[in-house]
Amino acid sequence: MIDGKKEKSGKGESSSSCILIENSCEIIGGDFSRAGEASMRLKKELTGLGIHEDIINRAGTAAFEAEMNVIIHAAAGWMRYTVTPEKLRIIVEDMGPGIQDIALAMKDGYSTAPEWVKQMGWGAGMGLPNIKKNSDEFNIDTVVGEGTSLEIIINILKGEEI
Amino acid sequence: MNLAELAEKLSLKVLTYSEGLERNISGCYVSDMLSDVMANSRKDEIWITIQTHSNILAVASLKNLSGIIIVNKREVDEETLKKAASEHVTIFSSDLTAFEAAGRIYKLIR
Ligand SMILES: Nc1ncnc2c1ncn2[C@@H]1O[C@H](COP(=O)(O)OP(=O)(O)OP(=O)(O)O)[C@@H](O)[C@H]1O
Ligand SMILES: [Mg+2]
Repeated sequence: MIDGKKEKSGKGESSSSCILIENSCEIIGGDFSRAGEASMRLKKELTGLGIHEDIINRAGTAAFEAEMNVIIHAAAGWMRYTVTPEKLRIIVEDMGPGIQDIALAMKDGYSTAPEWVKQMGWGAGMGLPNIKKNSDEFNIDTVVGEGTSLEIIINILKGEEI
Repeated sequence: MNLAELAEKLSLKVLTYSEGLERNISGCYVSDMLSDVMANSRKDEIWITIQTHSNILAVASLKNLSGIIIVNKREVDEETLKKAASEHVTIFSSDLTAFEAAGRIYKLIR
């Protein structure tokens, strides 16, 4: 494989491996009709690389819940992802209200979603716990009144042909 | 069992993507909370719900569900019907309640 670009923003990433995919998508708060576009694009690109189905499902699930949280809770944001042969790193960042109490937000069943969002079937308070469950590494960075940034890392199994 | 056989046994009406009718079903998940379906449904299950807005397509597609049954004669949003083919999601409508539909599916595939 050709020696690819070095990872730009990787906190503690080994910078030796080449980047297979690097992309970003905008997410508009409140725009439920485009919900899933960013995550489905990620899924398609991972499928194109021939990555194992279970990893694609975990990635798609974590990405979609993070994307939905921007749509439900924030004004606007974006998803960026980088795939190397070893790992997939997804960053979902938004300009929104931020999260006051991360431990509480991580609790299964805790939701501040408004009633009309609950009527659509969102707001069960299950998204963040499920992102964590599907990630190998998961970090939340948030500033109240400014926004939230999630980092989701999923290891791509060793020995997996990609 | 595949979707075509299921549709016949339960008298389901095919609303979208009939190209997917050959697809097999491995089980069934019943829920109207989308994050619950994201967390607990499994690949190739058929999903029973009364949610009809277009986000159900992304859920079914990202979780690799075999299809969706909209119960209680609920009418499906126009936008959902339009988008379903490009997302490869087969949607059925049924007069049955969720309880009746799930009960019949349970008997058929367990
Ligand atoms: N990007 C975000 N910006 C601001 N607050 C957020 C964000 N993501 C999550 N939260 C807060 O954390 C809570 C829990 O999030 P979580 O995703 O678990 O549940 P939910 O989005 O409310 O419901 P569900 O994910 O089941 O549809 C939210 O209700 C909200 O208060
Ligand atoms: Mg959520």
